[in-house]
Amino acid sequence: MKRQLQIVLGILITFVAVAIVFHSCKPGKEAVKSEAVEAALATYVPPGDLDEFYLFYSGGHSGNIFVAGIPSMRHICTIPVFTPYPSTGYGFDAETKKMLGGYTWGDAHHPALSETNGDYDGRWLFINDNANNRIARIDLKDFKVKQILGPIPNLSGNHGSTFVTENTEYVTIATRFSVPIPKGTYVPVEEYAKKYHGIVALVEVDPKTGEMRMDEKHGFQVLMPPFNFDLGDAGKGPSHGWVFWTCYNSERATGILEITASQNDRDYIAAVNWKKAEEYLKQGKYKIINGVRVIDPKEAPGVVYLMPCAKSPHGVDVSPDGKWIVGSGKLQSITTVYNFEKMLKAIENKDFVGEEDGIPVLRYESVREAEVPVGLGPLHTQFDDKGYAYTSLFVESAIAKWKLGTWEVVDKIPIAYNIGHLCVPEGDTKHPAGKYVIALNKLSHGRHLTVGPSQPEASQLIDITGEKMKLLYDAFTEPEPHYAKAIRADKLKDKVIEVYQKGIDNKNPNAIWDEKDAKVVRKGNTVEVWMIAVRSRFQPWKIEVNQGDKVIIHLTNIEQTTDELHGFAICEYDINVVVDPGETKTIEFVANKPGVYPFYCTNFCSALHQEMQGYLLVKPKGGAGVAQK
Amino acid sequence: MPPRSIKKFNRENAKMERIIQKWEKLQDTPLNLKSRLVIFISVIFLLAVFFFPLWRMQFFATFYPDGLKLYIYSYKLEGGKTAGRDDLREINTLNHYIGMKPLSQSDFAEFTYLPFVFGALGLLALRAVVLGKISTLVDLIVMYLYVGIFSILDFYNKLYTYGHNLAPDAPIKVQPFTPPLLGKKLIAQFTVYSYPDLGSIGLLLSLLTLVVALILTSKEVKTE
Repeated sequence: MKRQLQIVLGILITFVAVAIVFHSCKPGKEAVKSEAVEAALATYVPPGDLDEFYLFYSGGHSGNIFVAGIPSMRHICTIPVFTPYPSTGYGFDAETKKMLGGYTWGDAHHPALSETNGDYDGRWLFINDNANNRIARIDLKDFKVKQILGPIPNLSGNHGSTFVTENTEYVTIATRFSVPIPKGTYVPVEEYAKKYHGIVALVEVDPKTGEMRMDEKHGFQVLMPPFNFDLGDAGKGPSHGWVFWTCYNSERATGILEITASQNDRDYIAAVNWKKAEEYLKQGKYKIINGVRVIDPKEAPGVVYLMPCAKSPHGVDVSPDGKWIVGSGKLQSITTVYNFEKMLKAIENKDFVGEEDGIPVLRYESVREAEVPVGLGPLHTQFDDKGYAYTSLFVESAIAKWKLGTWEVVDKIPIAYNIGHLCVPEGDTKHPAGKYVIALNKLSHGRHLTVGPSQPEASQLIDITGEKMKLLYDAFTEPEPHYAKAIRADKLKDKVIEVYQKGIDNKNPNAIWDEKDAKVVRKGNTVEVWMIAVRSRFQPWKIEVNQGDKVIIHLTNIEQTTDELHGFAICEYDINVVVDPGETKTIEFVANKPGVYPFYCTNFCSALHQEMQGYLLVKPKGGAGVAQK
Repeated sequence: MPPRSIKKFNRENAKMERIIQKWEKLQDTPLNLKSRLVIFISVIFLLAVFFFPLWRMQFFATFYPDGLKLYIYSYKLEGGKTAGRDDLREINTLNHYIGMKPLSQSDFAEFTYLPFVFGALGLLALRAVVLGKISTLVDLIVMYLYVGIFSILDFYNKLYTYGHNLAPDAPIKVQPFTPPLLGKKLIAQFTVYSYPDLGSIGLLLSLLTLVVALILTSKEVKTE
């Protein structure tokens, strides 16, 4: 009995001992706490302090751009681009309405910051619309869209865009979908392989104004085989003058592409020599199709070459020194590094293995420098300031860090979950800022308070200053950031204005700056109003029109103080504009509903904001009186 | 009158006369070279009133951590101006809530005559450099004092008038007040500072140097 008790006691003691050992092997609470404190401090920007970088997220099918600060990851503002946005009154006034061209949404994918000598110059931000084949330019002086180009002729699915060339000579475009060219022509889809075409294109950018142009005299397009072009990057340094785009569906298949377009072991990276193309343009070797210049590579040798790339590639990125072109096959576990010099040599030696519609295909072995075993489903690559590359792995939900030159993978970090693009501040320029990588993730489930079935997107901030990557922060945005660009905040500090100064930034001929100049003028059936908004009134506060009149209101916010915005909404007339300090906007509508409609300031401005209101009085047709239903 | 008193009176009378004689002599004493040089320097100090504000007011509140600035020159009113704010416009926008009249250049006659007054002082000082006697200098100093005191009283009166003539239909009713002439005062959510700027300092230095010039010549007379 005593012996049995001893055995039982012995077993118990052993259990306790094992438990204690196991327990002490787990990281202690203290260790976890100190890591959390480190991460918290790394992202904490105290109240009143400012972030180090701006992050410009594309807003995907929201059609917007989101602006956040790094390292805090705080969302600061949204720049509406392709979608009307009542918050800022975008798409409600005459000018922005016209710019939107009747479209109510866009699919914003890849922002690009303008560059000078391969580095961000903080002037403009470009963003593509994958759905309606447009490109928008935002002026970073006031964070507002100044131009929307398109729908651009012949393009369908402007996805491989807006990567800019080294001095912003061009904004680039590649089509995701092939269609019969000229766009608008009907050809049965059975003739896809022969009669449909992809397009890659370069939109010319005015170096002074940033104005984008693609017409009979500016920019050009290149007629491509009916592949699905995906993503691109412009060369820099030695590779300046070239643009590279990946493509899938070299099978030229239709139908269920996930199967039919995944048969070939290798697809391509298209290398386009735009300096060569410019020579052909000068010689007049192009056709005008739908009002734009189109080069056919069959008749313009030396403009396009194809480099085989691992199965169904997605991203292609050029290293900061311009020597390496990194292409990732999303259905493989390697990323391929091409040597630009070797590419030039292979072209010189005519080291071709075939052709596609007259475009030479270079021998893979001759142009490849290395295959880096990064992991499953590599998509995009960014670079830091220390010679490392960071490749996102969608299938594996991770980022691989590897070294340029030795091509060794040195670190990997798990991501929550399914990372698409990634962004190192200034990570696609000649001089990346390094410090952080931001993972832009497709799935976020379980990482935030539940909000029902419609889930936000996740982005994660990762510290890359040390040998090991460290996860710092999870942030969530509306759908759906694809790519993002980050720029040193210093570069914008002295460029951004917060007030449109009278006569300097606002030279609108319809601007008025004094309440005394406010007036209502009738010309036939048009009533034109010059109105001011200032704390806390509109002048005139009363607009009387007849039913059916066209009403034009030029509204100037005469404030000259930062952050004194005023809104102007007319009840039931579906109008809401916001005028920033010193801004003039024009509102046009037909007063088709009789009755009395209050208007008021929608953007809280002052202690007497509620009092900032007036009336639109619409006299019913056939004389004054009460309009009866 | 007893004879002793008469004697005393005569003595006193003689003393008085000597002082008056001395004083008359002093008045007519031409200024020495040192004094003339110092008066010239005084004129240079006076030039500050044409280049710098006479007075500066600053209005601090939570939303204006850097303070709204108002500069009063001899010939104009100017608000601080940055890319993000026009302070004069802002002050007027805020003041309309309490029914204060907007500050406007044209409401101040001072801006048209003050520069001429200062110009006249400068010309008289230059006259003293050339033709100067002690009496001219004394005249000049008196005029400086007159202009200075008058301007300050006038300024105070303006502050009082603006702060007390508030529109009766103003949205926010406040007790009539006088903004500070010198120093700090709390007005609603604003902490207002008011102090002389470089122009007034120039004017003061100009006056002080005139006094120095006076001393320099009169000292010489005494030692004679």
